[in-house]
Parts: sequence; C-alpha cells; structure tokens
Amino acid sequence: MTADADRAEKLLDVGRLSVTFASPAGAVEAVRDVSLDLAPGEILAIVGESGCGKSALCRAIMKLLPASARVQADRLAVAGTDIRGLSERDMCALRGRLCSMVFQDPMTSLDPTMRIGAQIAEAVLAHEPGMKKDAVRRRVLELMDMVGIEDPPARYRLYPHDLSGGMRQRAVLAIALASRPRLLIADEPTTALDVTVQGQILDLLRDIQRGLGAGAVLVTHDLAVAARAADRTAVMYAGRIVEIGTTEEIFYDPRHPYTWGLLASLPSLAAEGRPLYAIPGMPPTLSPPPKGDAFACRNRYALAIDYDQAPPLFQVSPTHYAATWLLDPRAPAVARPVGGELHV
Amino acid sequence: MCETLLDVRGLCHSFPLGAGRYLRAVDGVSFRIRKGEIFGLVGESGSGKSTVARCVMNILRPQAGSILYRGVDVCDPAQFRANRRMLQTERQIIFQDSSSSLDQRMKVADIIAEPLAVNHIVPPRGSLRAEAAFQLRYVGMDPAYLDRYPPELSGGQRQRVAIARALTMEPSLLVADEPIAALDVSIQAQIINLFRHLQAEHGFTFLFIAHDLAVVRYLCDRVGVLYRGKLVEMAPTKELFDRPLHPYTKALLSAIPIPDPRRERARTRFHFDEAAFDRTGGFVQVSPEHFVLGGKEAEP
Repeated sequence: MTADADRAEKLLDVGRLSVTFASPAGAVEAVRDVSLDLAPGEILAIVGESGCGKSALCRAIMKLLPASARVQADRLAVAGTDIRGLSERDMCALRGRLCSMVFQDPMTSLDPTMRIGAQIAEAVLAHEPGMKKDAVRRRVLELMDMVGIEDPPARYRLYPHDLSGGMRQRAVLAIALASRPRLLIADEPTTALDVTVQGQILDLLRDIQRGLGAGAVLVTHDLAVAARAADRTAVMYAGRIVEIGTTEEIFYDPRHPYTWGLLASLPSLAAEGRPLYAIPGMPPTLSPPPKGDAFACRNRYALAIDYDQAPPLFQVSPTHYAATWLLDPRAPAVARPVGGELHV
Repeated sequence: MCETLLDVRGLCHSFPLGAGRYLRAVDGVSFRIRKGEIFGLVGESGSGKSTVARCVMNILRPQAGSILYRGVDVCDPAQFRANRRMLQTERQIIFQDSSSSLDQRMKVADIIAEPLAVNHIVPPRGSLRAEAAFQLRYVGMDPAYLDRYPPELSGGQRQRVAIARALTMEPSLLVADEPIAALDVSIQAQIINLFRHLQAEHGFTFLFIAHDLAVVRYLCDRVGVLYRGKLVEMAPTKELFDRPLHPYTKALLSAIPIPDPRRERARTRFHFDEAAFDRTGGFVQVSPEHFVLGGKEAEP
C-alpha cells in the first residue's frame, strides 16, 4: 500500500527496462536493465557517450521506438500511468499531456515552410481541439513570452530560418510546453548551440520546469551541462546506468572508474602542460554485450571478477549508487583520482 | 622560432544572399602565425572561422586582402601557379566531419596514400601501402585497418584517418577546422593528446579552429577571437584568459561551462549586447602581444 502511494508520487518510474534492436549482426542490447525514477520538480541528467543507449532510453519512455525494437520492463510509468501495454493510439492521446520531448537540432524539428507562430499554434490546437482562434493566438504569445522570445507579436510571423539557433530552440521548447506536460524529455537540447546561448537555454529550462513543477530528463554528453542544470545525474555506459546520484555526489564524490575517466578527460580540469587523461580504447559493441563489466577492458582498476560477472549497483548513500566491484567490501581500496577536494 | 609562416592581411569575404544583399562573413581580418605555433581561432557559429580556414587553403577566393604563406601571396593567381607544388603539399586541412570528408568508397590505405599519388611523389617508405601503414601507426591505429572502409570505423578512428591523410604530405601548416567537435569526450581527449604529441615531435604550425574554449585554452599558444567576421581580440592564450578586454571576449569566456556544479551555478555571466557591437574601430595594441578591437573598450 505505502509502496503504491510512493510510486504514485513519482513522475517517472522505470524498473529494469531493456531495449533490444534486431540487426543483421544479431540483437543489439541498447539499454540493459535500467531502473530510475524522477520526482516532480526535479531534473535528472543522463550523461554518456554516443551509442551508450541514452537516446534509446528516452525514446522508450516516450514510446517512440521503431517497431523493430523490443522493450521489456518490470515497471514503466509516467505520472502514475503505466504505459507498457498502451497502443500507439492511446499513447498519441497521452503524449504531450504526460510527456513532451525536445530534440537536439531545432532546424530539423521545425517545419521550414511554416511560420513559428503557426507551428506553436498547431501544438496548442492538437491538445485542445476546438479552441477559439484568438484564444489560441493568446496562448501562443504567452508561450513565446514564457520561453524568452522577445516581442512575440513581431516574431509570430517569422520563419525558422529567420531565427538564430537559440531562438529556434526556444520555439521548439514552446511547442513542447504547449500541452502543459508533466514530464519534459530533452535530448541534447544545447548541443547544436553556441556556448553563449547554451547557458541561457539551460537556465530557461530550469526556470520553466521549476515554475511549472514539471519533471525533466536532460540527456547530454557534456558533463558541464549536467553540472549547470541537473539535480541528479546518471552516468550511462554500454546500455547500463553505471552511477547515479545527486549532481554534487557525482562531481565531488564519484565512485565509478568510468565517471573518473570522464571527469579526468575534460580539458577544463586538466593541469597545464600535462597530457590529458584519455580513457583507452573504445566503447564495446552491444551485439552481444561483453561478458562481465562492459567497461572492464578500458578500466585500469578492473578486478578479475569484472571480466566474469557484471557488478550490481552498490549503494553509497541513500541517493547515490554505483555499479563497480570496487565498492564490494572484499575489493582492494583504490584512491579516487578525481573529484573530492579537487572541486571544493 | 619567430619566423612568420602565415600572414593574413585584411581578409574580406562575403557570400551573396540574393536580392543584391551580401553577408560579410569575414571582414578585414589580419593575423600572423609564427612557425611552430598553435594559433587558435574561436568564435560562435557564423562568426567566419571556417571561411578564414577555407580562404587560407585556397578553397574560397577572398574578395579583398592577402594571404602570404612563406611570403607567397596564395590569392594571386600568378604567384599561386609559380609555387603551386609547394603550396599544395605544405598546407593541409582536417575537416570537422570525417564521415563526409573521407570518400566512403575508398579503403583507408588508399585514402591515406592518395595525396602522394595525386602529387606523383615517390613514397619515402617504398610503397604507398607501406606509407599508409606508417602514418596509420603514427596516429595510433593498427595497420589492420588499412583494408577497411570509412563507414566501418568509429568517429574517433575516422578522424585519425583524416589526420593521417594530412600527415602523409609532412605539411608545415596544418589547418584543423573543428577537428574534435563531433567526437565523444573520452575520444576527444585522445585526439587532443595526439595533436600535442604531433606538434611536439614534428613542430607543425597549427591553425586550430574551435568553438570549445576549454580545448583552445589547453592546446593553443595564441588565440584570436572572431565575432561576426571581425577579429575582436588576439593575445597569447594565458593573457587572453586572464585578462580579456573586449566585452565579447568577456562574455564568451564567462560562458565556458565549468564541470563543477557549485562553481557553475554560483557564477555570474557577462552579457554581451549585440546591438552595442562597434565594428568600425581599429585594432589597438594593448601590450606587445595583445590586440583588441576598438580603443575605448580596451580599458580594463
């Protein structure tokens, strides 16, 4: 009973989610056994390299995966609604109301032949059919104002190519917010933008999400993006979450060797004149995934057991988990090479 | 060490937008690169970084200004013809997107050796294949990849092949146009280390174009900041990061993301007002190596 009540409060509840794609080379296990949850008003960043399964995870939550993908999950619920068995038709009705998604490149998610205002109006109407014309216009202007597009009446009639990259991403955000979603999923929303604009968009995302009390999942390959915007951060590698915790825990007290490697390879944290730390090798292919810990062959701290058996998620604190055998009581003590006092 | 290898003077280039309008992509840009130096060119998208690189490589013909490479004006057709071989072998470029800059239908071995073949150079290591194997090993890849095709390689490997192709000519000037922007963090570090290693060992002169300031700070000796086709500030890396003078440079530096949640959230950003950008001012020398656009803004 209490577990049910607890679950109902969660905006997103994913339990043991796996996504498998059929490919000519065999089944690719893009997402393996991922569990996570999200509370209202919280931003969770999912950090990982390309091919680690972060986009597949998001699309599984949105049910936007192609039919060739096999999704298995013990739990997959958005705002208390179990979406596992839903048909595409039911999902269409829920998408937008429950969850919206913002994609990486605003130029490809906007229609180049439609005016910005009309595109936002389309999203407003899709969720509230039969709305009066002037009411739609008011709502569009309100949305444009909310995402920080200055002088909405003038911008209403512009085309996507008239806008800068940052403005386009704001327009996309307005479309995503048109249906007042409970959960916003942003897949690399700032990757295509300049640094000066990136910060503005991240701050905007945070402010809006706070204001609406919605939850957000922010997918990124850039640790700095997670540092700026996220309450909690999950690090993904080869389809698994290898470490998850509050953003502070991940940056100041990382426990997984892969997280250490990611932090150490950032030029902004490198000591002058010293070569950058580079994680040797490359991410493994996932068809089939390697035996044991997928990171073992790139891990300088790998133990014999890593090659044999995948580590479970060990609890570090009530909010912090890491999947590495180094946290097993029997493992040798390893001094953390990054994090901690380095950042204080 | 102080010999100037590349001297760009008053470079201007604009693209027609139709209806008689022009976009001034590069507007009076001048800089010099000394031999053996890594010169970084930074700016946001659309600031003209790539246009400068393409003009330097004779891919685009600038409308005004001159580009002197070893004293030869590469934009002057007569001078270019007279020195064609030298210019085409000594300058090499690495593009951002290695999936489109490498021919999908050519094997890695042929891609790497092609510059030798087209220039009718006798391979110094016996055969073209031996040369390709050597260069591939040099950039840290196993010669087993010689018979693969680019689509079979990962992004980092493809970028290494693109670098190896540029290195076969043993260039003096290497122009790298956002060579790591498309790569993952852990692979980026590998390629940055490779660049540093190559530069230390070979003494290449680098024109390194990037939008990632953390990388530029780590790799470059001197940096020029471009904004809307204008060079707004140029200084040795340390000086630029310690004492930025132009308001745009300040805004750009304050926007570098810091991978540290507490510091990242605590700091204030410096906002640059686009409307206030004055492109008419001249380049003012603040210290022997530090130049900034517009005199009055140079006040600390």
